[in-house]
Amino acid sequence: MSDKPVNEMSFEEAMRALEQVVGQLERGDVPLEESITLYERGAELKKRCEAKLKEAEEKVAAITTDASGTPTGTRPLDEV
Amino acid sequence: MSDLIEDAGPGQNAHEYTVSEISGAVKRVLEGEFGYVRVRAEVGRVSRPRSGHLYFDLKDDRAVLNAVSWKGQVARMAVQPEEGMEVIATGRMTTFPGGSRYQLIVDNVEPAGEGALMAMLEKRKKALAADGLFAPERKQPLPFLPEVIGVVTSPSGAVIRDILHRLRDRFPRKVLVWPVAVQGQNCAAEVARAIEGFNALTPGGALPRPDLIIVARGGGSIEDLWGFNEEIVVRAAAASDIPLISAVGHETDTTLIDFAADRRAPTPTAAAEMAVPVRLELLGWVDDQGARMTRGMGQAVLLRRQRLADLSRALPRPEQLVEGARQRLDKWGDRLDPALRAATQRRRVKLAEAAAHLRPGLLRNAITAKRDRLEARISRLRPEALTRDITQKRRDLDQVAARLAAVARADLGQRRDRLAALERMRMSLGYEETLARGYAVVRSGEQVITTRVAAEAATALEIQFRDGRFAVGGKPAKKAMPKKPPEQGSLF
Repeated sequence: MSDKPVNEMSFEEAMRALEQVVGQLERGDVPLEESITLYERGAELKKRCEAKLKEAEEKVAAITTDASGTPTGTRPLDEV
Repeated sequence: MSDLIEDAGPGQNAHEYTVSEISGAVKRVLEGEFGYVRVRAEVGRVSRPRSGHLYFDLKDDRAVLNAVSWKGQVARMAVQPEEGMEVIATGRMTTFPGGSRYQLIVDNVEPAGEGALMAMLEKRKKALAADGLFAPERKQPLPFLPEVIGVVTSPSGAVIRDILHRLRDRFPRKVLVWPVAVQGQNCAAEVARAIEGFNALTPGGALPRPDLIIVARGGGSIEDLWGFNEEIVVRAAAASDIPLISAVGHETDTTLIDFAADRRAPTPTAAAEMAVPVRLELLGWVDDQGARMTRGMGQAVLLRRQRLADLSRALPRPEQLVEGARQRLDKWGDRLDPALRAATQRRRVKLAEAAAHLRPGLLRNAITAKRDRLEARISRLRPEALTRDITQKRRDLDQVAARLAAVARADLGQRRDRLAALERMRMSLGYEETLARGYAVVRSGEQVITTRVAAEAATALEIQFRDGRFAVGGKPAKKAMPKKPPEQGSLF
């Protein structure tokens, strides 16, 4: 288990960790007290995953550049 | 009027042109005749002045034709002429009156046949591969879920629309489009600059740096896609620190950027699929994990509860544990009193039996009987017999003793007589009697001297006479010693 706080994890990290927790719980070879802690951690990881999935927001912008091709900002992409 | 007209001399009746006129006439003829031509040639020297126009030579083994493409034409060209390239140049002939030159204004240059172009592509690919740009170890894994996706493509058209649609379906993300020309002269430079530009953005800046870049273009001819074969594009893609997906042309089209990209997508839509996972699937996955976790947890508790129940069932009641013992205790306890009583009874009976035989009268009788027997024996003892025996033996002893004394007295008298006789004999035979007759004994110490030699050797001499000893020289002997029997022998 990595020591990274759950709410700093990327989706993928949280996902891996969650997978691990589930695997451990399903194997059932964890002492009961520990499995409670594990479960709590799993719940936290699941929340993190769901939060990251909820962040699915579409934002499309086109980069504007100056004459030398250096980006200056964005403008909405007209089409689509 | 005739003198107004100069006579035409011989050879002077032809029309007289000015240079400009003739040049213009040539130009008209040339342009009229060669308004649209295709010329197959090898590209010679190429020059690109800052004006943006392109000057180059077209040649074969015997002739050289100057060619020029104006700036606008160059921009539209899919393939830029390069020295040594076998091409078919399309354009119109024209003259340059200022230099008495004719030239071909080239609209378009095509490689002379696919083969030639592919050969060139192959050569370039080898050179870039030799630089390690396509090495598998340079490939970076794509992020599982990029936050920001940078797309390098034309801002209008089907490609960006396809990508955005597919992204929206799967997992809506922040998309930054870097508009570029996807064909023509500027294509390569713009694409390369866009890739570098995305890499130059700082994470979390005003313009967020993408986690993933997609370089996309729809299908087209090899000439249309040519910009993506250009070295600057390939190098920019290889150098990108941000993982990059190339999606140029259709599946069958392969451009060099595909080899340098971390992943190659057959279509722009496929690139979007590679870029992000399906959100709904992930949500489902997360739900599933949650369910599995809960189930696993429940299972763990259930299993333990079951086990506990099993164990509790197997655990006997405490009463049960002592039941047997208690029963035995009761049983033995009940038997204790009767047993004691019985034992006592038994012993009492035995005691009574034994005691029954005990009669003091009997004992007394026995004692009396034994005493009587003893007294009877005592009465039979007669001391007279013993006394008689003793008296007889004493008389015998007295007789023997008297005889012993008589014998001893007689023997003693005999021995005394013999002794006196022997003494008398000794007196008459001893050397000392001879001394009375005038003999003397000479001694040195205890030694009897019998020779002259011994006498001379002796330190002191002692002479014994009848009435005593006399020392000659030295001290006299302390006491007189009787002569030894050997001396006596010699005297006989």
